[in-house]
Amino acid sequence: MPGILTFALHYEGAFNKNSLGAVTEASKLARELGTEAHAVVVGENVPDELASQLGAYGASKVFRVQAPEGLAQPVVDAMAKVMTDNGHDYALFGGGLLGFEIGAGLAARLNAGVTMEVTAVDVEDGRLVAQRPILGDSAISESRYRGKGIIIGRLNAFEMQQSADAGSSATVEDVQVELSPWSTKARMVTRGEQRGADVDIEGADILIAGGRGLGKAEGFETLEQLAASFGGNSAVAATRAVVDAGWYPYAAQIGQTGKTVAPKLYLAAGISGAIQHKVGMQASENIVAINKDSNAPIFEFSDLGVVGDLNKIVPKLIDAVKAKKGG
Amino acid sequence: MKICVLVKEVPDAAVEKRINPQTGRLDRSGEKNLNPYDTHAIEAAMQIKEGGAVQVDEIVAVTMGPESATRALHKAVSLGADRSIQLTDDALAGSDVQATGYALATVLQKESPDLVLLGQQSDDGECYTIGAIVADHLQMPSLTQVIKMDVNDSALRCERQAEYGYDTVEIDLPAVISVGDAINEPRYPSLKAIMGAKKKPLEKMGSGDAGIDGSRVGADGSMVQCGNFKAPPSKSAGEIIEDEDTNETVERIVAWLDERKLI
Repeated sequence: MPGILTFALHYEGAFNKNSLGAVTEASKLARELGTEAHAVVVGENVPDELASQLGAYGASKVFRVQAPEGLAQPVVDAMAKVMTDNGHDYALFGGGLLGFEIGAGLAARLNAGVTMEVTAVDVEDGRLVAQRPILGDSAISESRYRGKGIIIGRLNAFEMQQSADAGSSATVEDVQVELSPWSTKARMVTRGEQRGADVDIEGADILIAGGRGLGKAEGFETLEQLAASFGGNSAVAATRAVVDAGWYPYAAQIGQTGKTVAPKLYLAAGISGAIQHKVGMQASENIVAINKDSNAPIFEFSDLGVVGDLNKIVPKLIDAVKAKKGG
Repeated sequence: MKICVLVKEVPDAAVEKRINPQTGRLDRSGEKNLNPYDTHAIEAAMQIKEGGAVQVDEIVAVTMGPESATRALHKAVSLGADRSIQLTDDALAGSDVQATGYALATVLQKESPDLVLLGQQSDDGECYTIGAIVADHLQMPSLTQVIKMDVNDSALRCERQAEYGYDTVEIDLPAVISVGDAINEPRYPSLKAIMGAKKKPLEKMGSGDAGIDGSRVGADGSMVQCGNFKAPPSKSAGEIIEDEDTNETVERIVAWLDERKLI
């Protein structure tokens, strides 16, 4: 039976939020198409209790495959086999690094069409049509598929939601997959290593975020003072570029491979506003950006944009916020 | 060891990008440049060559693109590649990412590289996927968005950020690795290298020369059809303050925050 297959990523006994979003979206689309949504779970001895949980999000069947976790190519082998054996027309992935890698490998393997960074999927004449923002989100392009279609969502594009019959659990079917020789040539040495201090940015009401435009690691000390001047529930966050550069801890990272936040105030200092960052903070209630480049993309989605030198502005802003609080 | 680096010509960052409504493809007229993300891949190849852990015999830059893409190869050579290959053929125009990956993999197959490097994304199409597609066609292991890479004769030790933190992965050669922009700071080419770039060997080939199956490339050989371009739901533009007098700027920021009860 044709249907929609999703990949459900799990780690330490829990499913990834974006994967659950993909299962939810697939089940909604499958209903419209008059078919079913299924999921593939890959890992070492994944328990029934975990795999069957996907039923609550609308998957009617879960294919369980015994293979290494956290690497893309074994999952490509697994999904290619499941799709070929069962005739699925589409594969759907939630946002995240592995989804990109698996989806791309699967497209090559099955000679299928692939679209990434998808923000919405519609049903049209019994086929799926994927919407993808392009050119820095200034336009939306629609993708249609000649054969099988691989749809990779943008981070947080698909919201997870338990289905109406949430009590239902999915059937779990074990599938034996022979891994391709090249899929066994990568080995996970360490996974999920946290670097730097453990900080909590997801619960903060006020987030002061810094990017490469700070110029140096010491710039974060000023941002910490700014966060402190707001008092209460405030914290400092960072972009991927500066975390990779070692300027700030990984736990404070916003975006594609980091955290997703929605504080009351998000103040971005020296952040250009690349898509990978935007997807992690665009739901913030108020966005203020300070950047010296007036063409920075962040000004296109900020509520207040300040074009200027943050080294001049931020120290004075700290004093002004303190004065306001004191007065 | 032979390293092939995949590069791409993209519209210059300063040029406003638009879709040609007639063809539904990116309008690629105007100033073009080497995809900035690719310079990190060339630099990574150079650092392996200069690092001394392995002997690198050759670094080959490979591109697929129209006549003008020769300039991107010259830039790649000025940054350190020893020679370059340009796959160019009108029949390839309109290839989707899967067809492009197949075509590039066919060219790479002839080179039998020990390592294929590429940038994490292109500045124009913003795809993060070509590396994994090329790898599957080449039947090689692959990893994307690698930010640290140690090499020995038969394997790589790579680090990258994934969903749950930093992963360290060991991968056997030959392999396809896409590098993140945090992996290095690309060097600037010397004047001598820029002047000498046009003298280094550049091989141009059509899809027939490369052994590419014509039915699997171009718009007709692509499995995705893109079209119906439309504007995204518009978000009203925010207020902009140009900082001229910083005291006044700060006053306005504080007033704005105060109005919204954020202080």
